[in-house]
Amino acid sequence: MTILYLLIGCSVLLALIFLSLFFWAQRSGQNDDLHTPSMRILLDDEKEVEK
Amino acid sequence: MQPENFYYDNKIVRNFGIATIVWGIIGMTVGLLAAIQLFSPGANLHNQYTTFGRIRPLHTNAVIFAFVGNAIFMGVYYSLQRLLKARMFSDALSKIHFWGWQLIILSAVATLPLGFTTSKEYAELEWPIDIAITLIWVVFGINMFGTIIKRRERHLYVAIWFYIATFVTIAVLHIVNSIELPISAFKSYMVYAGVQDALVQWWYGHNAVAFFLTTPYLGMMYYFLPKMANRPVYSYKLSILHFWTLIFIYIWAGPHHLLYTTLPGWAQSLGVAFSIMLIAPSWGGMINGLLTLRGAWDKVRDDVILKFMVVGLTAYGMATFEGPILSLKQVNSIAHFSDWIVAHVHVGALGWNGFLTFAMLYWLIPRIYKTELFSKKLASFHFWAGTLGIIFYAVPMYWAGFTQSLMLKEFTADGMLKYPNFLETTLQIIPMHVMRSVGGGIYLLGVIVMAYNLFRTMKQGSLVANEAAQAMPLAPIHTVVKESTWHRMLERKPIQMMVLALVVILIGSFIELMPTLTISSNIPTIASVKPYTPLELQGRDLYIREGCSNCHSQTVRPFRSETERYGEYSKAGEFVYDHPFLWGSKRTGPDLAREGSKYGNAWHYNHMMDPRLMSPGSIMPAYEWMLTQKLDTTTTAAKINAMRTLGVPYAPGYDKIANRDLDKQAQKIVENLQADHIKVKKDKEIIAIIAYLQRLGMDIKANKTAN
Repeated sequence: MTILYLLIGCSVLLALIFLSLFFWAQRSGQNDDLHTPSMRILLDDEKEVEK
Repeated sequence: MQPENFYYDNKIVRNFGIATIVWGIIGMTVGLLAAIQLFSPGANLHNQYTTFGRIRPLHTNAVIFAFVGNAIFMGVYYSLQRLLKARMFSDALSKIHFWGWQLIILSAVATLPLGFTTSKEYAELEWPIDIAITLIWVVFGINMFGTIIKRRERHLYVAIWFYIATFVTIAVLHIVNSIELPISAFKSYMVYAGVQDALVQWWYGHNAVAFFLTTPYLGMMYYFLPKMANRPVYSYKLSILHFWTLIFIYIWAGPHHLLYTTLPGWAQSLGVAFSIMLIAPSWGGMINGLLTLRGAWDKVRDDVILKFMVVGLTAYGMATFEGPILSLKQVNSIAHFSDWIVAHVHVGALGWNGFLTFAMLYWLIPRIYKTELFSKKLASFHFWAGTLGIIFYAVPMYWAGFTQSLMLKEFTADGMLKYPNFLETTLQIIPMHVMRSVGGGIYLLGVIVMAYNLFRTMKQGSLVANEAAQAMPLAPIHTVVKESTWHRMLERKPIQMMVLALVVILIGSFIELMPTLTISSNIPTIASVKPYTPLELQGRDLYIREGCSNCHSQTVRPFRSETERYGEYSKAGEFVYDHPFLWGSKRTGPDLAREGSKYGNAWHYNHMMDPRLMSPGSIMPAYEWMLTQKLDTTTTAAKINAMRTLGVPYAPGYDKIANRDLDKQAQKIVENLQADHIKVKKDKEIIAIIAYLQRLGMDIKANKTAN
């Protein structure tokens, strides 16, 4: 079952990537406001049509 | 600061949308053709290229990577631009992505019916296409991250997090599960063998479900559902929370596909534990979606698009509850290898992926064409056809799965198998398979009606290829972080944080690795297990080409009902030379792990020529072409060499004399067949497949005799 070294390595690598993304998100204030973002996406003001 | 004017690229969204519709119809039609063959084998059109074993992978690849794949790109390209207030990073990359992906699908359509397959589920495509997929995926990634970098909205909405997770994980999974050693332009061997290959395959397979069919759709749900209902998502906090939980838990659930196999028990249990944990984040998403509609259920009554979303989310909830339940060993012992699993995946695929895709198409096409939907009535018809289609599909399949599994496990009062002939259980569920095709047919009809409706919509409007938009550029950030909690303080010290995280992960890894470290190898070698002879190796490749493993497993689970029926349960050491493993995941026919010497050569010859000669009522296709087609022996040397490179102990120089041994063994089988008045030349494919089938399980039998 030496394949586990590869799989665990890959899984841990993925986890590390996601972990660092998570810390970046926390540090850069992505998760500071947990209310407005859900409202903001609804406010797409329609612009006049151009082709 | 001045607001900036720019344009959203709607043309690329439209293109992916059309591709979604077209490939959806094709993929589902192929699925229907495959389903019909399960009660009427003549529906293979008496043609090897349209026989179940070859078109089942075509169906799964077409609906997953062509239908769902294009729908993902449609939804991502539409929502990403609007969420980030920016046009896609590069129009050229968008185009390369679109056409590259369509070419990959076309190459799948061309190669799978020809029998070019790795046999690994949802990763059947051969190595050159694997490389193309990698390249196009990278193009998609550059385009997405490029857009993120040049965004005009500082905050990344939760949908984008789901898209990022999709990109990163699929890239890793695809590469790890595609490490093959090519022996020719369209043939390769997996570098992993047996139980290790099985673990990699289902590590990939389960996460393909997670990160191709789930995370991108959750992301799109978080964008499109609030837009459709015109109200914010129920809890943004919950969306963030369940996102991070989902992606950290999903990765180790794969082993639940291998319960009761020769995979080490602790790995199986680990997979089950992670699977059970998954209920929480999965249901977090479903509940968040459904509760978004709180107070808006009057809209659901009138709006067919929201109806699709509600049924889609409900199907997601059902499938993600059922999944963990199926991963429990007791439930799995009944459900695995049966039609239950087929029902389970189709609730997810038809309900969750299908219905969300339809809702997005109905919502988005009129918008980018600046018009109304052509017919609400037809859309409503589609909704009911789709819903009834799912019910008529899933219910008979649950019924069939239960019935067949229980029959296979039933003993008489004397302790004998009640249905010793596998075929009896097959015949019992044929009506259910007919019903399933009807359900699938109704669902497909709905999709065709949708296609008509949407193309009429496109005709009556005109595409706004470049939609004008305006937004302020990003202002530089000033973050003030309060150092009130220990966690906040830690976050200001990235290095220390990294080290701490690494320690935590290393402890986890060490616990997981302990069992493998303490035992030199978890795969006990069995002295009597020998490499395949050249003829058997060629036969094995024919078995792969014809997709036999789509219907026949090669692993006997340690249940009395199975050891009585098939023979001794499988051992890890039996599969050490199997590049790739061929355990399969479905028993439409009986297990073949102990097939060797069960029947004579003549039985196999007649059975392959016409299965109904030997087993009246059998639904196995006739493989007449194997009787007439010549075996290609020019590849023997390359195959032996490749296997030796992968660690199979063929003697040095054996590749040069391999064909001589192949001839000798073929001659023996021909002579044996002659004794039964069957005249066949020794260079036909049928000889090789007989040789392979007669080898299955013989190593263990030899071991027994020796002891």
